[in-house]
Amino acid sequence: MQTNIILAGVGGQGILSIAAVIDHAALQSGLIIRQTEVHGMSQRGGSVQSHLRISNREIYSDLIAEGTANLILSVEPHEALRYLPYLAPEGRVITSTNPFINIENYPAMDDILSELHRTNRPVLVNAAELALEAGHARTSNMVMLGAAAPYIDIAVEQLESAIEELFHIKGGDIVAINIKAFRKGQKLSQTQETEK
Amino acid sequence: MGKKLLLGAEAIALGALDAGISGVYAYPGTPSTEITEYIQKNNADRETPVRSSWSANEKTAYEAAFGMSYAGKRSLVCMKHVGLNVAADAFINSAITGVNGGLVIAVADDPSMHSSQNEQDSRVYGKFAMVPVLEPSSQQDLYNATIEAFDLSESVQLPVLLRLTTRLAHSRAGVNRTTARIQNTLNAVYAPERFVLIPHHARQQYNLLLSIQKKLEILSEQSWLNRLIPGLGRNGVIAFGIAFNYVMETRQAFNLNFPVLQIGQYPLPRKLIATFFESCDTVLIAEEGYPVYEELLRGYLENGKVKGRLDGTLPRAGELNADIIAKGLGIEQKKVRQIPDIVVNRPPALCKGCGHRDLYEALNSVMGSFTEHHVFSDIGCYTLGALEPFNAIHTCIDMGASITMAKGAADAGLRPAVAVIGDSTFTHSGMTGLLDAINDRSPLTVIIADNDTTAMTGGQQSSATGSKLVEICRGLGVEEHHIRKIVPLKSQLEINMTVLRDEIIYDGVSVVIAQRECIETATRKKRNLAART
Repeated sequence: MQTNIILAGVGGQGILSIAAVIDHAALQSGLIIRQTEVHGMSQRGGSVQSHLRISNREIYSDLIAEGTANLILSVEPHEALRYLPYLAPEGRVITSTNPFINIENYPAMDDILSELHRTNRPVLVNAAELALEAGHARTSNMVMLGAAAPYIDIAVEQLESAIEELFHIKGGDIVAINIKAFRKGQKLSQTQETEK
Repeated sequence: MGKKLLLGAEAIALGALDAGISGVYAYPGTPSTEITEYIQKNNADRETPVRSSWSANEKTAYEAAFGMSYAGKRSLVCMKHVGLNVAADAFINSAITGVNGGLVIAVADDPSMHSSQNEQDSRVYGKFAMVPVLEPSSQQDLYNATIEAFDLSESVQLPVLLRLTTRLAHSRAGVNRTTARIQNTLNAVYAPERFVLIPHHARQQYNLLLSIQKKLEILSEQSWLNRLIPGLGRNGVIAFGIAFNYVMETRQAFNLNFPVLQIGQYPLPRKLIATFFESCDTVLIAEEGYPVYEELLRGYLENGKVKGRLDGTLPRAGELNADIIAKGLGIEQKKVRQIPDIVVNRPPALCKGCGHRDLYEALNSVMGSFTEHHVFSDIGCYTLGALEPFNAIHTCIDMGASITMAKGAADAGLRPAVAVIGDSTFTHSGMTGLLDAINDRSPLTVIIADNDTTAMTGGQQSSATGSKLVEICRGLGVEEHHIRKIVPLKSQLEINMTVLRDEIIYDGVSVVIAQRECIETATRKKRNLAART
């Protein structure tokens, strides 16, 4: 088993928290992990990506090779498209549909959606809405993690306990809201899958 | 004890802690910052704390680490590749004197220049100084090699350079820990014949350094960091440092079986290399960074077997990856999806609410009235002022160059000559340049963008901010009434423009300190305070 995930978004959107949860859950499941981070100049409102690889055998490269990503998990729809060369032929794009517009020439949303629909059964999530339903706008990254959960070979219980681990210093309420957000994403993703 | 999830940078930090260091010295710089930060965060509960606050620059850091080694204790010094340019004088000479307690210098190179102004390869410095260089390829190897680097340093009495690159520094993996060693006891030696580098001593010490090169080579022959992965066929690959990962990834992905020689310790293991060359018809040299050893192995007159960055098999510049290696091995490229045409770049920009924005707005308004409106700048968040919508600065070369370049331009007759430099960069390398300008009466205006932190690397403690900066400028000789303070806020635009204009037209040395805390660190403080109450 080997899962290659490209995490994408804009600096400050919380993709590193998604990575931290998957990393922790994978480690607890006894899997091998490599997960790159992006620091430095790209933090400030720029595009950020993380390559995350989990496997039950040795992983050599920290970077994912082109055409071999099982998932592109993006918290921003335009950013999801930037990494399409990495996507495996049967790979899936799971993205939030909420645009983060901090540039003047941000493409038309219809164009973005039509490009996303050209990929293999994309999972499109209104993460902002589900996050608010869960209790806080800042949990949209956990909504997206939930949406990706059915496609990651890690038990849901492990992912949820990693969320708890990550947020417990911020208090029980915050943990509960994030778990709720995670489950909302997961449910939506499962519904979309059965509808298809 | 279970595996710990660590960045490559953190694996070095933990390795150094477990090797029993008594101090870490560093100036922040991507991608090396997390080494020191990890030690700072994991220091509180230690029985014997490790000295770990930030240094003013890489040279002061290196020399302090060297002093700790002189006193018999183990010390780690960390920097990014260009930081070694600053510390080079101390580094090269410490190889001549040799060390007492173990001294390891961890240098993080940044091929592809993700957050740097060049992609220089620190292995060249290792070769230049003639010290052992270690270049592990995984987080676990980094941890193990860091511990061994201290033993090696003490056994050959030389500083050991530990080289890593961005990808490994900023990638996480599970790492197994070994037992921690206790710190060395104080053991300063009187050895002026080693440590006083007057020519007579220096010649002897240099000869000693030359004479142990053979021993270093033998150590490389025996090192676990240099090993053969046997294979079939006569087309082999020598994979250096992290390039090993990409080579092995390709070998695994395409079910190939070519022989690989992994190199992770220098000087090169001559016998291993010679034997490998004999068994191969072609040898692809995969190095992350400059083709340092490819050039050596190829030879000036070309031995015919070598392929690599210099003959176009691999690209001459930039970071490697498995795709590049596969292409270099002649593996047919698979078709992949293209990035859709509608995708546009999202360039980095100054944060919303950042004081540098208001500073540049005021400065641009003032500079607009001059025919010559060059602004010399420096390295930090404010370098983003070079981009849209500000286009406010015209140079950024190295730490501190804003002031000295403005001085030289002023000496050439350029009026006005304006420099923009951050608080941390000013104390790193700006103060001496300001002293030059004062001594030479070069008319220039230095704007210190004081945001109370080293912001670009994530908000580390800056060596001097606020009133301390005023005192430094006064002490260096800037006239009292030409040290002005402004607050870069939209509401202060008019008054800030007046102050800037007055000082820029003044025909002497003036300093304008624009003081407002970094919006990132201010927000973080507020959030932490709210969490506590």
